[in-house]
Amino acid sequence: MRFFKYFIFVFLVFGCIPHQKELEVYDFQGIDSFLHQKDSKVHVVNFWATWCAPCVKELPYFEQLQENFEKDVEVLLISLDFPNQYETKLKPFLKKKQLKSKVIVLDDVNMNTWIPQIDSKWDGAIPVTLIYNKNKRQFYPQSFTYDELVNEVQKFLN
Amino acid sequence: MKNLKLLLFSLLMTTTLLAQKGYDIGDVATDFKLENIDGNFISLSDFTQAKGFILIFTCNTCPYAVAYEDRIEALNKKYASKGYPVVAIMPNDISIKPGDSLAAMKKRATEKGFTFPYVIDREQSIFPQYGATKTPHVYILEKENNTNIVRYIGAIDDNYKDASMVKTKYVENAVDALLNSKEVSISKTKAIGCSIKI
Repeated sequence: MRFFKYFIFVFLVFGCIPHQKELEVYDFQGIDSFLHQKDSKVHVVNFWATWCAPCVKELPYFEQLQENFEKDVEVLLISLDFPNQYETKLKPFLKKKQLKSKVIVLDDVNMNTWIPQIDSKWDGAIPVTLIYNKNKRQFYPQSFTYDELVNEVQKFLN
Repeated sequence: MKNLKLLLFSLLMTTTLLAQKGYDIGDVATDFKLENIDGNFISLSDFTQAKGFILIFTCNTCPYAVAYEDRIEALNKKYASKGYPVVAIMPNDISIKPGDSLAAMKKRATEKGFTFPYVIDREQSIFPQYGATKTPHVYILEKENNTNIVRYIGAIDDNYKDASMVKTKYVENAVDALLNSKEVSISKTKAIGCSIKI
């Protein structure tokens, strides 16, 4: 009986704590495979950070896109938040927003090497978005509205 | 008449597009007259003794800019006396970023003990000519026959996170090369930054 009580106690304590998702943090080599998936989906990869106001503003459009094109589109949000702000800014932000799209984190100081590998036109300002499927890819150094985003994705779906 | 209008429009569009592209290495950089945190207006031509400039588009509110504040001050301490002073220009629209107002710039500069001019591009007319897109964004200029030639565009160094872990000091290397009348070996670099708010 005592054991049973103990079991219930443990169950209540640990079972009720909401599961805190761990961040997936990669260096550039680590994210490379996310940028070259060869399945039949259209991949929409957005580089953002919680400190970037225009990025945060357009996040709902990416969420909306993921929801409305669930079958054909996969949205990936790559955060460029600072490591010393993962706990204080990024994790609380993700918890509050409950994003449906997959979020990973890129932590690689070697920017002068990896930025041009994503696109030669990118000078480092965010937000930027990469849309690709197994046949083609396009880089967008700009902010999006929902309609603009759908419009671009449609070009990859047809 | 219609054709003329169309021609004028196309010309206008072309110039706008060209203007947006900004400077490349070797281009002549424009001078300016912008308000400093002390209320005086600053131009590059005021620095009669300078051999060139470390021009940095930066601000108070971008975490990358903040991460580089001490390093920008150190650059001025090291190179102003050698003829390459730092001139910092704040390019953001302050109605979008009130934390970058002239008063806020002055406060931050006082707190950090900045010894370089920190001016505001209030009309947002200077940064597009340079082609700056983010903060921090560095342009090293070399004075030549009373013009300023662009010799370097990009980042301060290769580690925003930790100054002690830096492997290549892009700006220092470029200024050292210019001081020794040598070619700048790495003249363009890329780094993540905060987009300039327009």
